[in-house]
Amino acid sequence: MTLATENLTVMRGGREVVTGITANLAPGQITAIVGPNGAGKSSLLLALAGLLAPSGGKVTLSGDDLAALSLRIRAQRIGYLPQAADIAWDVAVEGLVALGRLPWRDRGTDAVEAALAALGLEPLRRRPVSQLSGGERARALLARVLAGTPRWILADEPLAALDLAHQLSLIAHLKACARAGEAGGQGVVVVLHDLALAMNHADHVLVLKDGRLIAHGPPSQALSPEVIAQGWGVTAHWLGEPGAQALATKEGPEHSAKDLG
Amino acid sequence: MTRASLVFAALLAVLVPLSLLAGRVWIDPFASAGPANAALILAELRLPRAVLAVVIGAGLGAAGAAMQGYLRNPLADPGLFGIAPMAALGAVASFWLAPLIPPALAAWSLPVMALAGAGLGMASLALIAGRTASDVAGGAGGGIALFTLAGLMLASLAGALTALAITLAPNPFALSEIVLWLNGALTDRSWREVAIAAPLTAAGIAVLALAARSLDALTLGEEAARSMGLDPGRLLVLLVAGVGLTVGAGVAVAGIIGFVGLIVPHLVRPLTDRLPSSLLLPSALAGACLVLAADSIVRVLPVVTELRLGIALSLIGAPFFGWLLVGMRRGRL
Repeated sequence: MTLATENLTVMRGGREVVTGITANLAPGQITAIVGPNGAGKSSLLLALAGLLAPSGGKVTLSGDDLAALSLRIRAQRIGYLPQAADIAWDVAVEGLVALGRLPWRDRGTDAVEAALAALGLEPLRRRPVSQLSGGERARALLARVLAGTPRWILADEPLAALDLAHQLSLIAHLKACARAGEAGGQGVVVVLHDLALAMNHADHVLVLKDGRLIAHGPPSQALSPEVIAQGWGVTAHWLGEPGAQALATKEGPEHSAKDLG
Repeated sequence: MTRASLVFAALLAVLVPLSLLAGRVWIDPFASAGPANAALILAELRLPRAVLAVVIGAGLGAAGAAMQGYLRNPLADPGLFGIAPMAALGAVASFWLAPLIPPALAAWSLPVMALAGAGLGMASLALIAGRTASDVAGGAGGGIALFTLAGLMLASLAGALTALAITLAPNPFALSEIVLWLNGALTDRSWREVAIAAPLTAAGIAVLALAARSLDALTLGEEAARSMGLDPGRLLVLLVAGVGLTVGAGVAVAGIIGFVGLIVPHLVRPLTDRLPSSLLLPSALAGACLVLAADSIVRVLPVVTELRLGIALSLIGAPFFGWLLVGMRRGRL
C-alpha cells in the first residue's frame, strides 16, 4: 500500500508551504522528513495524512486519491500522531489506547491488547495519563495509533520531548512496526529534527527547504554534507560508523550554499 | 447502563417521590386522610413541576457535558455559548412586545420568542463559527477557540440587549416580570410547559448522543480527532442543534437556570472513565437530580417569598466555579 505524492502543493494561512513535491513512500520502511524550521515538514505530513487538503497535485494511497477516500476508510488506513498532543481528560492508559479503535467503531480488544503489549504498557493500563512520565506518555500516545492497526503510521516529531534512552526505545518500536507482521510491515513516516537520528535509523529521507524537496533517498545520500550545506547553510560532516554516526558541525553559518558550490 | 447512570437513576428514583411530598403543604403518604386537595396538589402542581425540573435538569446536564467535551474545557457551560442568554433575550423581548401582540397569541409569545432566540443564537454561531469547519480542513486551525469566542461575544451581546430591554421597559409591571424571568424558576408551572419542553429536550439529548463518539475523539485534540475520521462540520451541526434544543427549551419555560451544565459533569466524571461519551447520559440524570433537589429545597425553605431557583443555583454554582478554578491552579483538573 504505497503512499505517494504527485506534484503536491499545499497552502496554509494564504501561504504556499509545500511546493510541487513528488515522492513515493514504500511500506516496510522508516521514512524521515527533515529540514530547517519552517521548511514545511509538518504541513507535508498533514497532507500525507489527508488532514490538509492539497491546493495542487494530490496524495495517493495505493494509487487512489486520498481526498476521494471516505473519512472512515482513510482513518482506518492512516494513523496520525500529532506533535505534543495534550490529552483533555484524565483517562486511564487503556482508555486512551482504546480511542485508537474509533475509526473502526468496534472495541477491538485484541488490537488494543496488542498495542499495550507492544509498548510495554500492560502494567500501566489503569494508570491515569496525568500520572505518566514523559516517556510513558509518548508510548501510550503511540499505542493509541497502533491500536487502530493502520497501514501507515505518520508521526510529527515523536521523539522531540524525549531523552536519549526513550528516543531510542520509541524508534525501536517504530522500526518493529515497519519490519514486523506477516502483511509486510506498516509504513512509517516521521518528522525528525535530529539529523543524526534520521541518518542512523531511517531507511529513506526526504529533505525539505522552503517547501521544496531538495534531496531524497537513502540517508547517506540525502543527508550528505552538500545537502546539509544547501538546506541548513551549515558546514558539517559525519563521524563514526554507519548506524552510529554523529554530525560534526563547524562554526559560522556564513558558509553559504553558494560557497560550497 | 453504566455505574454512573445507575447511581443517578437510583438517586432520581428517590428524589421524585420526595419532591412530590415536599412543599408548603406537606403530604403524608401514610396518612389515611391528607389535606383535602392533596390529589389536586399532586396532579396539577407538584407532578408537572417535578417533571419539568427533571426535563430541564436533564437538558442542561447533557448540554454541559457535551459542551465541555467539545471545548475540551472543564469550565465550559451552555450559557457560555450565548444560547441561553439569546433565548432569554427572546423571552424578555416578548414581555416588551406584549402590548403589540394580539391577546389570542399572548400565551404563546414567550415560549415562541425564547425558542426563536435560541434558534437565532444557533444560527449566529453557525454563521460565525461554521466557517471554522472548512478553515480547519484548509489548515487555519483554531476552530474551537473561535467557537468559544463567538459564543462569548454572543452572550455579551445578548446580555447587553437584555439590559437595554430592561431599561426601556414600557411599564413597572413589565420590568418586574422581566427581572423575575431572568432569575429562572419553576414556580406555578403546569403540564402546558411540560408539553413544550419535554419533546424538545428529548430531541436535543438524542442529537447530542449522536455526537458522543466524535467528542471522545476530540480528547486528543482536533488534528488527532480528524485523523480518526471526525467530521468537524457534522459535529458542529450536531452540537449547535443539540445544545440549542436542550437549552432553548429550558429557557423557554423556566428562564435562565445557570451553572447546572457546569457543575453536573464534575459530579459525574469520577464515576466514569472520564470520556465525554460516558458522561452524556449520567450527566442528564444528574442534572435532573440537581434541579429537582434544588427546586424542592427552595420550595420548603422557611422564607417569606420563595427563593428563586435560578438564584439558588447561582449561589451554589458560583462558589463551585471558584473551587474549580482553585483546583485548576493546583493542577487537579
